Amino acid sequence: MQEERTDGEVMVGILGSRVRVEEKLLYDALDERGATFKRFDSRKVAFELDNSSTAGAPTGDGLECLQTCDAVLVRCLSHSRAYYLTRWLEGAGISAVSPHQSIATCGDKALTSAALREAGVPIPNTRIAFTQDAALKAIEEMGYPVVLKPLFGSWGRLLARINDRHAAEAILEHKKTLGDYTHGVFYIQQYVEKPGRDIRSFVVGDETIAAIYRSSPHWITNTARGGGATNCPVTPEIDRLSRAAAEAVGGGVVAVDLLEDSDGSLLVSEVNHTPEFRNSIDTTGVDIPRRIIDYVLEVAMNGKSGR
Amino acid sequence: MAKCPECAAELDLAPDTVVAEILVCPDCGVELEVLSVDPVELDLAPEVEEDWGE
Repeated sequence: MQEERTDGEVMVGILGSRVRVEEKLLYDALDERGATFKRFDSRKVAFELDNSSTAGAPTGDGLECLQTCDAVLVRCLSHSRAYYLTRWLEGAGISAVSPHQSIATCGDKALTSAALREAGVPIPNTRIAFTQDAALKAIEEMGYPVVLKPLFGSWGRLLARINDRHAAEAILEHKKTLGDYTHGVFYIQQYVEKPGRDIRSFVVGDETIAAIYRSSPHWITNTARGGGATNCPVTPEIDRLSRAAAEAVGGGVVAVDLLEDSDGSLLVSEVNHTPEFRNSIDTTGVDIPRRIIDYVLEVAMNGKSGR
Repeated sequence: MAKCPECAAELDLAPDTVVAEILVCPDCGVELEVLSVDPVELDLAPEVEEDWGE
């Protein structure tokens, strides 16, 4: 890892906490490109918002040089940390990948659905309700099965497929008692009868670089939950919808989840702002970490805002 | 060589191990975070929190 740059070179920061396979592959890609970069641990950051003379420079181990970065690749596991840190970075004039708008939108499924709908990207029939009665009424009108999803969260956690009214009543009551007020916002989505798989595409900047099928006998197909990955050819329609979805949420480096409806049409269900890709490199033959790093270096060199 | 703080199993770290990497103890299966590589220092990895993910 290089940490000292020479004149004219760009400096890239990687901000995260846990180092997973993905982060190690990204470090390797930076090394292969001969890039100057520095790692930052989000757990050690404390930044000031009221000190204009230093633009609120973060304090902590080595973090003072965060401000010298031309672009920062955000690989935080924690959505809330990514949310606030990208806001601070952009306020300090540092390009974040993915940008704050993308983190803010993708982290909240309701905001994601709104952004996709406004951009004309097809999504499953989705409703949001704020009380158990209103949610139950919405579910009955939509028809079973439906899927209840937490507004925030990932890796298929706390998804509930609801097949009948009895289950709906029970799940709604249980969600209300989970403790976090966000579980009292009921995000209800039509269950799409997908063919035992869904599609995940990877968008880097304005290009769909690869896609995989995620297959599972279980209705939750996340690879984090045991879904298998195989290559999915990027058709013109997958490419068009993936790029449209990425642009709708704010761009950067995102993974788009698409569902194949029973009539063959594609629906975008979610967009992920800090994608995991370890199962998709050999599967697709695309060097995803290298493509991500090339994009980050481009952002750093162009001074773009991660879009 | 390092010891698992949970079960005291002895672990060999790969030469490319980096700080903040997560290892799984082959004996007890607990997730460990690498706090330091020289000297090697391991601790139990943080529990997954609700807002973690992609």
